[in-house]
Amino acid sequence: MSNLASVDWMILLLYLFFATGIGFSLKSNTNSTKNFFQAGRALPAWLCGLAFLAAGFGSEEVIAMGAAGAKYGLAGAEFYSIGAIPSMLFVALYLMPIYYGSKARSVPEYLALRFDEKTRLLNAALFAAMTLFAAGVSLYAMARVFNALQIFAVPLRGLGLPPQAVVMVTLAFPALVVLAYIFFGGLTGTMYNMVLQFFVLVAGFFPMVILGLRKIGGLSGLKAALPATSYLREFGGAGSGGIAAIFAALGLGIVFGAGFWCADFRVLQTAFAAKDSQSATRTPLIAAFGRLFAPLLLVLTGLIAIGMPTPHTTTTVREDNGAIYHEITVVPPAAEAGQGLVPAEADAAGQPVRDAAGHTVLNYGQAMPNLLPQFLPVGVLGLGVAALLACLMCAVATNIMAFSTVFTCDLYQSRIRKGASDKHYLAAGRWAAAAGIGLAIGIACAAMRFNDLLVAMTLVFATVNAPLFALVLLGIFWKRSTGHGAFAGLLAGASAAIAHHALTLPIAAQHGLHGGWIAVFHRYPSSLAQGLWTIFLAFSASLLVAAAVSLCTDARQETDLRGLVYSLTPKPSYSRLWWQRPEALALLILLLAAALSIALA
Amino acid sequence: MSIDLRIPMGMMFTMTGAILFAFGLSTRGNTLLYARSLGIDVNLWWGLVLLVFGIAMLIFGRRNQMCIAREDQKTKS
Repeated sequence: MSNLASVDWMILLLYLFFATGIGFSLKSNTNSTKNFFQAGRALPAWLCGLAFLAAGFGSEEVIAMGAAGAKYGLAGAEFYSIGAIPSMLFVALYLMPIYYGSKARSVPEYLALRFDEKTRLLNAALFAAMTLFAAGVSLYAMARVFNALQIFAVPLRGLGLPPQAVVMVTLAFPALVVLAYIFFGGLTGTMYNMVLQFFVLVAGFFPMVILGLRKIGGLSGLKAALPATSYLREFGGAGSGGIAAIFAALGLGIVFGAGFWCADFRVLQTAFAAKDSQSATRTPLIAAFGRLFAPLLLVLTGLIAIGMPTPHTTTTVREDNGAIYHEITVVPPAAEAGQGLVPAEADAAGQPVRDAAGHTVLNYGQAMPNLLPQFLPVGVLGLGVAALLACLMCAVATNIMAFSTVFTCDLYQSRIRKGASDKHYLAAGRWAAAAGIGLAIGIACAAMRFNDLLVAMTLVFATVNAPLFALVLLGIFWKRSTGHGAFAGLLAGASAAIAHHALTLPIAAQHGLHGGWIAVFHRYPSSLAQGLWTIFLAFSASLLVAAAVSLCTDARQETDLRGLVYSLTPKPSYSRLWWQRPEALALLILLLAAALSIALA
Repeated sequence: MSIDLRIPMGMMFTMTGAILFAFGLSTRGNTLLYARSLGIDVNLWWGLVLLVFGIAMLIFGRRNQMCIAREDQKTKS
């Protein structure tokens, strides 16, 4: 990769300056826990909506979306939307009024209000572990991308640092920027940065997609350049095909999407910061609107990367004034074994990695980063690199901010130290964020040692979020569900996820972190299918066990549940004009989503 | 009340846009530099877009901040 010129550095540093500057400028405002953890509950809907969208990008990872585009095609990426759009509309219309109205600071705190303290404790502990793990993985992804691009390596090596230290700096420097704006700005600083990151992302990637499409010959040229594969096959179970596979994909996609958008506090914390109930309801709707068009920007980069010609080592002979020049462009073996601009995974010796079936394992995460220097000349390249850095930092920040909130409110304040002053908890939140960043850096270093750690991400999601979503559904819509039931459901869901992972394996994967570490009873066609079934089973087990145990235990008084259960909560009175009601906006988004799917099919 | 986000964001995009625009203007016609971007001077055009976006953000942010300040004064008096 080419070095960045001084214009590029200027733009990159300008972005970093504003990112930290926003955090520092909020320092004097962040003087209470309400301001730190909930942004004072004073932010307008548009800001929360964009932050909600960016938080979603952060956690599912922009890189992952480009990667999904490269790996599973446009149909596969659409699949992310199958779950996303309806879930976002659902959370807006039915869950947000309850969440926001309950005045809980976090999702575990809602569980405490609705169910009991033990459910809250279990969920908060699992959630805190998940956020730290995810933050570490994001940091690792960031170090990997920037190392492959050699962006920070050149100036740092100029300082005489060994390669090991260069990796540490690429890891620690963005982490410290994130820590600076969380530490000083709290949730306001984090959300302001999320919105900034969103705009930087669009500004950096948009020219790349336009140029890429032009180069490849528009959408039709792109379709022709892609290898013809039926991607839908990957989702169903082994042997099932046709309609059954499509339905399986739909069902699994909805559970996956809903587990994420409806129950994951990393995303929901942005809506909890809205200034009133109406804004909180609008937050996911605004985000859904943006989410409709996001795949066009992100997934296309992955597809273009796959569709581009694969680089090969070439020698061109050129004659200039009688002298003969041999120009050799050397391409690393891993890049040559890849597809398009997506290189193969390289082992320690730089040779491409092959799976058990002999196919090269592609490093899809590199799809988007490799496209940047391909199309962006000096100048906008700096903006593109800033965009890449922005979305990776967003992922880390979302996780660390959620960790700080859940740790302080649901573990520290409720278990470790009760009844201290507001100042004390504010400091606790700040230092929890700092400790979180430190632990995340440690996890990132571990991930560097053990590459396979990444595949455990889906398992972690299935263990933590899928059962939580089942509980939230029961808690909000079934007044009969009880605390004991919820606790049992949470345990059952987590165990089901782990057991399923231990007993199945994707085809052509090794035992271990990919699954099958007890015995292999079933083989899935892809790791995506395995992951989705893990999530689905965890969800169902949790739902069934929680319902069964609830029926055997005593329900709470209805008067205690007012404002916590949908049927016992007075409906908010919106404007009488029908087009100003959130339902109208939701319907519009649904119609747009349908139109867009048909247009792209 | 914390600062309106649109003001720092507008400042950033205005500055970025201005830098790109100026750089694009000074490298206009440099075919080697713009070979990657299919011969289009992306810096110039995209810089212009960002410049306009940044200024618009600044104007909206400023207006909102002044509205809030006026309301604050009303409630005080």
